[in-house]
Amino acid sequence: MDITVNNQVHSIDVEGDMPLLWVLRDELGLTGTKYGCGVAACGACTVHVDGVAVRSCQTPVSDVQGAKITTIEGLGTPDALHAVQQAWVDLQVAQCGYCQSGQIMQATELLTNNAAPSDQEIDDWMNGNLCRCGTYPRIRAAVKAASTLMKDA
Amino acid sequence: MSKLGKYTRRTFMVGAAAIAGGVAFGVYRAKTPFENPLGRDLPIGSATFNPWVLVDATAVTLVLPHADLGQGVHSLQAALIAEELDIEIDQVQTTFGAPDKAYYNGGISGEMVPFMPTDDSRTAEFARSFAGGAIKAFMPMMMTGGSSTVPDSYLKLRQAGAMARETLKAAASAQTGVPVSNITTKNGAVHLPDGEIIPYTALAKRAAELDPVQDVSLRPSSQWRLLGKPMKRTDIVAKSTGTQEYGIDVKAKDMVYATVRVNPAKGSGANSFDDTTAKSMRGVLRVLKIKNGAAVVADNTWRAIQAVNAIEFDWKPSTYPAEQADHWAAVEASFVEDKLNGTPRDVGAVDQAQGTEVIAEYRSPYVAHAPLEPLSATILVKEDRVDIWTGHQIQLAVEEKIAAITGHDVSNVHLHNMFIGGSFGHRLEFLNIEQAAEIGNAMRGTPVKLTYSREEDFAQDFPRHITMGRGRGRVDQGRVVALDLELAAPSVMASQMGRMGINMPMPDAMLHSGAWENPYHNLENLRIRSYKADALAPVSSWRSVGAAPNGFAFDSLLDELIHAAGADPLEERIRLMGHDTSVKVLEAVGEMSNWGAPLGPNKGRGVAFVLSFGVPVAEVVEVTNTSKGIKIDKVWVACDVGQVLDPVNFENLVQGGVVYGLGHAINSEITYSGGHADQRNFWDAEGMRIAQCPEIFVKGLENASKIRGIGEPPVPPAAPALANAIFAATGQRIREMPFNKFIDFV
Repeated sequence: MDITVNNQVHSIDVEGDMPLLWVLRDELGLTGTKYGCGVAACGACTVHVDGVAVRSCQTPVSDVQGAKITTIEGLGTPDALHAVQQAWVDLQVAQCGYCQSGQIMQATELLTNNAAPSDQEIDDWMNGNLCRCGTYPRIRAAVKAASTLMKDA
Repeated sequence: MSKLGKYTRRTFMVGAAAIAGGVAFGVYRAKTPFENPLGRDLPIGSATFNPWVLVDATAVTLVLPHADLGQGVHSLQAALIAEELDIEIDQVQTTFGAPDKAYYNGGISGEMVPFMPTDDSRTAEFARSFAGGAIKAFMPMMMTGGSSTVPDSYLKLRQAGAMARETLKAAASAQTGVPVSNITTKNGAVHLPDGEIIPYTALAKRAAELDPVQDVSLRPSSQWRLLGKPMKRTDIVAKSTGTQEYGIDVKAKDMVYATVRVNPAKGSGANSFDDTTAKSMRGVLRVLKIKNGAAVVADNTWRAIQAVNAIEFDWKPSTYPAEQADHWAAVEASFVEDKLNGTPRDVGAVDQAQGTEVIAEYRSPYVAHAPLEPLSATILVKEDRVDIWTGHQIQLAVEEKIAAITGHDVSNVHLHNMFIGGSFGHRLEFLNIEQAAEIGNAMRGTPVKLTYSREEDFAQDFPRHITMGRGRGRVDQGRVVALDLELAAPSVMASQMGRMGINMPMPDAMLHSGAWENPYHNLENLRIRSYKADALAPVSSWRSVGAAPNGFAFDSLLDELIHAAGADPLEERIRLMGHDTSVKVLEAVGEMSNWGAPLGPNKGRGVAFVLSFGVPVAEVVEVTNTSKGIKIDKVWVACDVGQVLDPVNFENLVQGGVVYGLGHAINSEITYSGGHADQRNFWDAEGMRIAQCPEIFVKGLENASKIRGIGEPPVPPAAPALANAIFAATGQRIREMPFNKFIDFV
């Protein structure tokens, strides 16, 4: 089957029920998307499917044929940061950093649909993304900083 | 794969022929029993001045041995060297380096002497320096843990930078004839009086011919360019773009994927297993019998996990009590004389103290580490060498464990340490390493990536030990006059060291750490005793180790006594405290939180103080008792590590420590049924999520006489401060974690 990831079409030969996460990581080598729990309890595997943040560990690959999939690698690069990534760098959010791909993907969808979220909206929207290092105060600040960056852009 | 990979390949390519071009390290050797590992097989034209700095014609490379579990020490180690080397962080390459005894940790020895960490007396200092020398001579351990990276690195790495700088200046002097005293350094280059600028890289060849300059002096903090100011972490861009390569992300040509399932009764074996279905599943290459279970090797991690789930196992029973209640019963039965582990504090005459008595008992459960990156390791076993890519905190022991399994000489086993997606102590253990070695050995010539499922990671975690605290004390005329705390727990050090083949029959300081060091010198009757329960389920160091359970029992008991005395929780702690630095920490948290100001309805505040790893930390927690449960609104933290080297990362680590401490106090435990852990994924042991996270205000004071690490010390006061706040808001005293067994949280 064919899937489109970061504007590139990939032909893959896998079971339809293989979660998108493992297609990305082991078949396509896109390891920016992380495995954390496998049961949609941590959000580390969050990617965009047609602009919507989904948990790729619970998304059978057959469900996303024909969809436009964006991973953290497709959002921005070290030389061309997305505004949300810029805010994450500016606020020095990461500790171990393992959850941050998922946090950034989750936050990006929020800011795409809601340019200036309230504190409560940020908490509600980001609550499915665990950070074991406890960077939540900085995540909140970075979402707000990204909101400003995106407004000014 | 990593920068290290590149460096290793280069040195191996050049091989022994290059030794002639290397540097003589006579003076360095005289000062240390260890050879500079960077000097071995040094390519011609490269210079190394010590085990941390390597300069060649193309780059300045800093070798930063401490593992980075997320605490940012990769960045900080680079900054310590760069500060004295006069180079900017973005001008250097960094690598974890190959494991070597030259990188032994000198920061942990200070905690191995029977003196309070706040004791700066000459006797205590002598004992610490003696312990340091003994460790270096007899048990040089390259390890990251115990919040020791900064204490270990603070002088050593600045000296390394200064030695390299002075040697490069000497090289420039030799090359140009300009006296060293007229040469300055800046931005990775030497500057000559006539304006000529020579990059360090252009001086490598000449510097390699010189003996490294040893006699260097360090700059005072007032002259620092980098340290003490907000820094941009070297890993921050990679970690914000998905480009940071963790151990779980390693890729190699023709790599295959594995996962494991071993007996959830940790350490017991399988009677048998049926892998008929698993073997027939798509993508499965091999099913291997490994110690205590099986491994599946497949062409995709998900297929390996599906297949291992399809294996039917007949497990042997656990060697430790099968049911949680029996674990508690064993601990409860340990408060007896012949299990006494130590009486580290016995001041005054607790048993003769007069006044109203308060008696209470506290419990802290087993808790999983559960970092977000599950255990993993990529290994390639060949006939003549083994390479393993994974993140680990005790690097040399990894190579020894693998050699014992594959039969290679340990000198042919090479760990390529990787950035770690959180550890909290998880990466001090070796189960995934040993399993990778077994699997790799069976798959010689093929690189194999082992990835644990989250369920396996929970099932095989060696959690924090369970602890009971039995406290009593007396109050008289509005004051606390006696505090007597007995702690009992299985020995975490004996369990952990036992898995490294080290017998630990001696007392375990972790069984009273976080309780005995609290410098309440004005408390006239104070006794801390600890008891060592018989070994139960295997346990291991969990961020702050004994200090979290012991600090919870100690500070909760103190708070109960203060309330019974009718005194103010903050003022009475300050009155009892006999240590200036700690008093200032308490006063600071009082000022920050405006302690004593009227609160709104249904609100309550608690304060707690725990000194651990030498760092006094005071936390105030403010909660609201809502109709849906307790809401944690705000936390204020004041602490003192002597010198804050990066205020931004420092704040982040303190906030993270508070979140870690609060989250587990609220909702996390590991319990056993039938010898297996009941909790298998994050919905069973969730920790804190963002919506529950309070605002956290941090202040780092700099009055302490020694520089310390901040990774662990913010954790222990969080749970008692929360329990104390809940009591203030509701009148309900919670004496056992997790608190959600007794009260709801919003």
